[in-house]
Amino acid sequence: MSASILTVDDSASIRLTTKVTLTNAGYSVTEAVNGAEGLATAKGSSFDLIVTDLNMPVMDGLTMIEELRKLPAQAGVPIIFLTTESDADLKARAKAAGATGWLTKPFDPESLVKIVKKVLGR
Amino acid sequence: MSTLDPVAVFRTEAAECLEAIEAGLLDLTHQLDNRDLVDAVFRGLHTLKGSGAMFGFEALAAFTHHCETAFDRVRKGEVAATSELVAAVLAAQDHMRALVDQPDADHGDTGHKLLAQLQAAVGGKEAAPAAASAAVAAPAAVREAAAKKKNSWRIRFSLPANSMANGTNPLGLLDELRDLGECTVRANTSAIPPLDALAPTELHISWDVTLTSEQDRSAIDDVFIFVLDDMELSVEEIGGQAAATAAPVEEKAAPAAVAAVSAAPASPTAVPEFRPVEAVPAKREAPTAVSQAKAAENVRVPAERLDELMDRVGELVIAQSRLSQLASASADIALRSVSEEIERLSGELRDTMMVLRMVPVATLFSRFRRLVHDLARETGKVIELVTEGESTEVDKTVIERLADPLVHLVRNSIDHGLETPADRLASGKTEAGTVTLSARQAGGEVIISIKDDGRGINRERVRAKAESSGLIQPGQPLSDSELLQLIFAPGFSTAAAITNLSGRGVGMDVVKKTVEALRGAIDIVSVPGQGSEVSLRIPLTLAIIDGLLVRVGSGRYVIPLSAVEECLELSLEEDLRSRGRSFISLRDSLVPFLRLRDLFRTGTKPDVHQKVVVISTGTERVGLVVDQIIGDHQTVIKSMSKLHNNVATFSGATILGDGSVALILDVGHLVAAGQQQEAQLRVAG
Repeated sequence: MSASILTVDDSASIRLTTKVTLTNAGYSVTEAVNGAEGLATAKGSSFDLIVTDLNMPVMDGLTMIEELRKLPAQAGVPIIFLTTESDADLKARAKAAGATGWLTKPFDPESLVKIVKKVLGR
Repeated sequence: MSTLDPVAVFRTEAAECLEAIEAGLLDLTHQLDNRDLVDAVFRGLHTLKGSGAMFGFEALAAFTHHCETAFDRVRKGEVAATSELVAAVLAAQDHMRALVDQPDADHGDTGHKLLAQLQAAVGGKEAAPAAASAAVAAPAAVREAAAKKKNSWRIRFSLPANSMANGTNPLGLLDELRDLGECTVRANTSAIPPLDALAPTELHISWDVTLTSEQDRSAIDDVFIFVLDDMELSVEEIGGQAAATAAPVEEKAAPAAVAAVSAAPASPTAVPEFRPVEAVPAKREAPTAVSQAKAAENVRVPAERLDELMDRVGELVIAQSRLSQLASASADIALRSVSEEIERLSGELRDTMMVLRMVPVATLFSRFRRLVHDLARETGKVIELVTEGESTEVDKTVIERLADPLVHLVRNSIDHGLETPADRLASGKTEAGTVTLSARQAGGEVIISIKDDGRGINRERVRAKAESSGLIQPGQPLSDSELLQLIFAPGFSTAAAITNLSGRGVGMDVVKKTVEALRGAIDIVSVPGQGSEVSLRIPLTLAIIDGLLVRVGSGRYVIPLSAVEECLELSLEEDLRSRGRSFISLRDSLVPFLRLRDLFRTGTKPDVHQKVVVISTGTERVGLVVDQIIGDHQTVIKSMSKLHNNVATFSGATILGDGSVALILDVGHLVAAGQQQEAQLRVAG
C-alpha cells in the first residue's frame, strides 16, 4: 500500500513535476490548486503526507496549515511546505503553524523524494 | 498525464503568469497607490522566478529576480510606484517573455539595459546583476560523501512535547541515523510523567545515540534539519577532540541549498544578497489574483482537437437525423424510442460542444490594454481605454481571426482619430481621448465596436485621396455612406505620412475581407469633430447555425434563422399583382423581395402557395420568395470548396438527414441584392 500524498500548489508546472516525481517514486498523489481546496480535500480523505506551497491565491499555505492543525484528524500528518525563500521569519511562522518541514524551491526530484521519504519514515 | 512535458506546461503557465503581470501593471498605471495590485504583480514575478529556476530557465529567473527585488521595494513602501517604474517593468516583462520563448538565444545587452532603467526607476542601489546567481540557488546539489574516514559521535536529542502533532516522527529520525552507519540507540524515559498526567499525544522520551559513520558532521545535522530550531541536540565527537556542543547546533556552510537555507537564523554564512523578499507571507491574496486561480481551474485543449470533436459531433448530428428519418417511417416502436433518445442526446452534445468553443471577448480585449498603453507613450496622446461587454461570448475561431483587424482599427482610432492633448483642449474637449471597445450580443450575432471621441473622418481628405488615386471621378456625387465606404478600398490610407503606427501592411480592405470571411459585416459611423465608430457584426459561431429549411423548385436551402423576421404566405392574387414590381406591403411598409426561383433559375413552375421569408440585417429588410417552408433545422456548416469561393449567394453547405446537400444562403449578400433591385426600380420608376 503506497503512501498517499496531497500536493497543494497554484502552479500547474510545479504540481506536474511534483506529481510525476512522487508517482515515479511509488506514491499516490492527489492535487489541489490552493489552500482552500487543499483543506477541503484533506478533510475529505486521509493522507499520509501533505506538500504545500505557501504563496497561493484564495488561501495561502500558512493559513491552510493552521486550519489543518485545528482538526483532530489531521494531528500527526506531516506537512512539508515548499518555499523559495530562506526567510527565517517565514519558516518560523510555518513551523509555529504546525508544519513538519520545508523544501526550498527550486528543488530537484531527488531532494523532493529524499525529504518525502524522510518525513514519511520510508 | 505522464505524456505532458513539464517544460511545456511551464511555458504555458509562464505565459499566463506574464499576462497576469501585464494586466496588473496596466491597472497599476491608473492606480499607482493600489497595494493589492502591487502585491499581485510582485507575486506574479515571484512565481515566475521560482518556477523559472526550477525548470532550467536560469536567465529568466536571474532577470526576473531583479524586477522582483525592485518591486519588493515598492511593496515595502521604500519607494513609490511611478509610471516610469511600471513602464520599465512592462518592458522588462516583454524581455521575460522572450526569455521564456528562447531561453538559449543571445539576448545581448537588452537585459542589462532594462535593468539599468529599472534601477533608475526605483532609484535604489540594487545589487549588481551578478548577485542574481546567488539568489537563484542551483538545485540542491547531491551531497558528496566527503570524508572517507570513520567518525564516531555521541548524539543526544530530545524533541518538543508537541512535535508529533506536527507530523515529526522520532522513529524516522532514528531510522535515518541508523542509515548513516552503525548505531546504538538508548531511550531516556526519565521525563515521562506519571500515568495520570500522561497525554498520549505528547512526547517525553529523549534519546542517546552512538553513531559510527563515514559521513561527516553535516549529515547528522541534515537528519535534524526540520527540528533543529526547537529541539535540544548535542553532538559530540568521540575520541578525544570534543566538537563544539551547542543547542541549537552551530551550522556549517553546507553545499546543499537545503542546508544553506536552514541556516538563516543563526548562520553567518547566509548569502547577504539574498534579501528576505517575503517578509509578510501570511498576507491574503489580492482580489486581482483571482483570475489566476480561475486559469488554474481551466483545462487547456489545443484548438485542433476541439475542431476535430466538432467535426465528429457534426457527423453524429447528420447520422442522427438520418436515423430519425428512418425511424419515423418505421412502425417499430422500439426503434422510434431509441431514435428519439439519440436525437435528444446528440442535441445536448451539440449544445455542449457549442459552449465549449465559446470564449468571452475579454480575452480579446485584454490584449488592447497593452497596445493602447504603448501607443499612448509613442504618440504622446492621453488615451483612456474603456471596454464594455467583456463577458459576451464568441466562438474562439472568430476571436482569433478578429484579433488582427481589431488591432488595426484600434491603431487607426488612435493614430488618425484622436487628437493631441493640445488640439483637444483647443477644441473644448477633455485632454484625454477615449477609445471604447464594446461587445454585445444581438440574436445570432455579436456586435463589436471600436469608438473614439476624436476628430472624426475627414471627408474632404477621403474624397481628395480617392480622386487622386482614381477610385472615383473628380466631383462624382457620392452619399456620405458611400464616401465612407471608400476607406475600405484596397491601398487606401488617409494618413498624410506613413507613421510608425499605420502602414503596417494591414489596410482597411484587409479588415473588411477578414470580417466578410467570417460572414460578418462592417459599418462606419463618423461625425466630424466628435469621433468615429466602426462596428463589426459577426456571427456567434462559424460551426453550427439554426436554420430555416426551405424548398425552391427541387432544391433545398437553409436560411440562417437569426436573420429571419417572419414568414408569410404570398397569395396567388398578390403574386399576380406584384408581378413586375417586386414589393410586398408588410404592415404599411413596402419591402422589396427576391424570387429565389428566378434567381436560381430552377425552371420549375411555382407552387400554388408560395411563401415569403422576410430576412433582415439590422435595419434593411428583404423578402425571399420560396416554394415551401420545410421547418427549422439545426445544421453543421461545411465550408464550400475553393472552386465555389466566388459564389456570393451562399455562405456554405450542409448535409441533410437523407444525405442530400442543402446550400446555406448568405443573408447579407441577398439583402444587398434586394436593396440594389429596389434602387434600380426607384431609378426606373
